[in-house]
Amino acid sequence: MVYLTRKIEFSASHLYNNPAFSVEENRRVFGKCNNPHGHGHNYVLEVTVAGEPDPATGMVLDLKELKDILQTEVTDRMDHRFLNYEVPELAGKIPTCENIAAVIWRLLEPKITRGSLHRVRLYETPDLFVDCYGDRNGAGGAR
Amino acid sequence: MKLHLARRYRFSASHRLHNPQFGEEENRRLYGKCNNPYGHGHNYVVEVAVSGTLDPATGMIANLEDLDAFVDREVIEPFDHKYLNEEVAVFRDTVPTTENLCIEIFNRLRRFSAARLERVLVEETGKNSFEYSGETAGANT
Repeated sequence: MVYLTRKIEFSASHLYNNPAFSVEENRRVFGKCNNPHGHGHNYVLEVTVAGEPDPATGMVLDLKELKDILQTEVTDRMDHRFLNYEVPELAGKIPTCENIAAVIWRLLEPKITRGSLHRVRLYETPDLFVDCYGDRNGAGGAR
Repeated sequence: MKLHLARRYRFSASHRLHNPQFGEEENRRLYGKCNNPYGHGHNYVVEVAVSGTLDPATGMIANLEDLDAFVDREVIEPFDHKYLNEEVAVFRDTVPTTENLCIEIFNRLRRFSAARLERVLVEETGKNSFEYSGETAGANT
């Protein structure tokens, strides 16, 4: 098994606010991320695909194909957007790094037809990131 | 959906690699310049990964403020700007290699109650790092 990783960056803004919480509770739980005007990050996304290289091409999958998938599914949807309002997949969710990574997993997983999506790693800052492994085998899904 | 939340922290500390059961020569041969009797220091980076149920109300596995406060109390506060050999009890009789440091940090952080500790990675310098997931792990990645 070979693991191939491609990295992209996108910049977006968000804010954390749960309408079911009071103003004070939102401020207490989400801190400065609750600023109603939002704030932004330069996100770095690493997408890892696992597979066996095709003996004819030596490739797990065509990098160009992966690049195009990332452009369509992630960059076009999220780059220079306000994630709360402009990304329907995140509607009704708090756009934390956890939720964005899970949304990206769900967007990419069906599009990867050669090899299989192994990991989505999303950096919100260089010191904070989330690894998403999907629901495969049901392993750890509830943890 | 299996999610790990990871966060990087920093502390600076000094140590000396020396095993009193070995002779002077053997220590020098084994640990090289890390055996310098005066010790030396590093800027350590600690990467902590936790997993847990995603709370739909907050969109979070664990509140970062809770994790930060816990890591600060258990690791950063007791280790930062310290001489590990003398000032951290476990290293009075365990050689403070970064392997052992990584295990000690994991054992301290596994008590975090708001999420499950998955992995601790310690970078001693930008060129070497050590990773520990506990004795029973290995099925996660």
